[in-house]
Amino acid sequence: MKSLTTIHSRFVPLPEENVDTDQIIPARFLKATTRDGFGKNLFRDWRYEQDDETKPKKDFVLNNENYSGEILVAGKNFGCGSSREHAAWALEDYGFKAVVSSFFADIFKNNALNNGVLPVTVSEDFLQKIFAGDAKATLSIDLSAQAITIDATGEQERFEINAYKKTCLLNGYDDIDYLLSIRQEIELFETSAN
Amino acid sequence: MAKTLFDKIWEKHVVKEIEGGPSVLYIDKHFIHEVTSPQAFKGLEKRGLRVLRPQQVVATADHNVPTLNQHLPIKDELSRLQVQQLIENCKKFDIELYGLGHPYQGIVHVIGPELGITQPGMTIVCGDSHTSTHGAFGAIAFGIGTSEVEMVFASQCLLQSKPKLMRINIEGELNKGVVSKDIILYIIAKISASGATGYFVEYAGSAIRSLSMEARMTICNMSIEMGARGGMIAPDEITFEYMRGRRFAPQGEDWNIKLQEWKTLHSDADATFDHEININAADIEPMITYGTNPGLGIAVNAAVPATDSIPDEGERKNIFKALEYMGLEAGKPLIGMPVQHVFIGSCTNSRIEDLRMVAALVKGRRKNDNVQVMIVPGSQQVSKQVIEEGLDKVFEAAGFEIRQAGCSACLGMNEDKIPAGEYCISTSNRNFEGRQGAGARTLLASPLTAAAAAITGVVTDVRELLQ
Ligand code: SF4
Repeated sequence: MKSLTTIHSRFVPLPEENVDTDQIIPARFLKATTRDGFGKNLFRDWRYEQDDETKPKKDFVLNNENYSGEILVAGKNFGCGSSREHAAWALEDYGFKAVVSSFFADIFKNNALNNGVLPVTVSEDFLQKIFAGDAKATLSIDLSAQAITIDATGEQERFEINAYKKTCLLNGYDDIDYLLSIRQEIELFETSAN
Repeated sequence: MAKTLFDKIWEKHVVKEIEGGPSVLYIDKHFIHEVTSPQAFKGLEKRGLRVLRPQQVVATADHNVPTLNQHLPIKDELSRLQVQQLIENCKKFDIELYGLGHPYQGIVHVIGPELGITQPGMTIVCGDSHTSTHGAFGAIAFGIGTSEVEMVFASQCLLQSKPKLMRINIEGELNKGVVSKDIILYIIAKISASGATGYFVEYAGSAIRSLSMEARMTICNMSIEMGARGGMIAPDEITFEYMRGRRFAPQGEDWNIKLQEWKTLHSDADATFDHEININAADIEPMITYGTNPGLGIAVNAAVPATDSIPDEGERKNIFKALEYMGLEAGKPLIGMPVQHVFIGSCTNSRIEDLRMVAALVKGRRKNDNVQVMIVPGSQQVSKQVIEEGLDKVFEAAGFEIRQAGCSACLGMNEDKIPAGEYCISTSNRNFEGRQGAGARTLLASPLTAAAAAITGVVTDVRELLQ
């Protein structure tokens, strides 16, 4: 995993609530056996008419050239539904480094963190301020300081992240490295539990 | 100190706690299937690792499999490759596979319990959100992502923060025509699709205790649809009776030892929860969903909410959008509305008891000519039982089509899909946009309500057929 410290970028607004993982990546694209290439099918059925890449839906935000950037900003309860990690892979492959919302579904949040995509939980108020801002506005996310800033106005909010996960992201470690390092303790646990 | 059921199991499985971080949780059973495992095996190989405890992993193929002619090679190339990859990975890593053609094959959350692999007091994970199903036995069971599948392969452990605990008490007797699917649809409608996010839920109360294991599984299965990490029910005599003699359940002296242990698995009388909800069973009616998340449900004879009566703007917008996708009108009832498909299956409602319930209602009746009805048993063993009990004759006489075991039309991944724009009353668990096929419109309901619609061809209050 690559390490992640700060993100400074424009953002893509998706002011929908309850965006489920079936929308982020529909089931028919889950047949791959590798982690790559899911980005082109991100939000597939919201993005194209009749599943046809030559017919982008003009009103969908990913097809709107006024918006771009490494940050997706979405309505509350983002990532609910299926546990498919493909949703996190699709966001990452498309180029998103962070998703900002006022509420994330649990499994999605873990999946995102495990793939170096930072879920940033902000208050509903702050979320609405971002949505209300200018299309060309930028956001700054500082993981060390656990803060997100709307650059144009300087408005800032702190976000929570588990200290362990933060260290992992800052250093580009993953959980497996850690779990492998405590192999002996796990084996001891197994012997004593039996 | 008084402990909850969850605490008792959790504490027994914590290998260590990381300061300021999650706990290392030991996993007893790990189920895998073809869709969320290939990348985990690849990751493992890349690191040059083996599966640490292959005998604690059980595999099946369910999401991608066709439900017709399972003896023939899978036609869709990508699906075939994915299923093939599972076979190879299981061989390479010494994992027991109940794949296509095996008498134990089926939907992962159906076969675990029916084989007695799922047991009280265990920690159980699977790369699938409906792993919550197994909580019906008094286990901590939850869905994980593929990176986590890899972690469990490598270490038989996961890093988990302890969730908050919620108890939902349902007291009293259920009304006629109301079954466990209605209970869970009612709860989700009440607290919303995100109402239990961050929580692990224990279901309790006299109405829950009166339910069979299969009915309990239906409830725990859909815990994830209100955002919960998982759901669980304390094991009791009904649980033990269900488990006795199952293929992988403890036998002989082992059984007695386990039984003593299992009997301690309940929340202490004075245990406290972060949140409690009390529900009167008598308030629950047969339910149906009208929207595009499982929280948008109503009593089958009620009207779809009038959008202008919803005070919250975000909520109003959501429902407006959902109704647009569903082609439904705000403020109007659903009763009497024609449906083109009925799907009875999925890990929520494809067990033998579900199919018995359907058969009892349709016996001597025939489906409406304008409806296609698909019945998909959850496992090969359920299929076998359907034949042994003669339910297949009832379904055939009713004009229902019986398929072979798999996830089928629960998700638009295999060949079983609902055409765009058409309505399907489905016993599955998700009514998301496109879940049953691009443009498909799903109305979630109980097996009884689905069977009633099969007979009449329209959304029906099943109580009218039960007179
Ligand atoms: S039946 Fe549906 S919900 Fe259950 S495991 Fe299969 S796809 Fe998932």
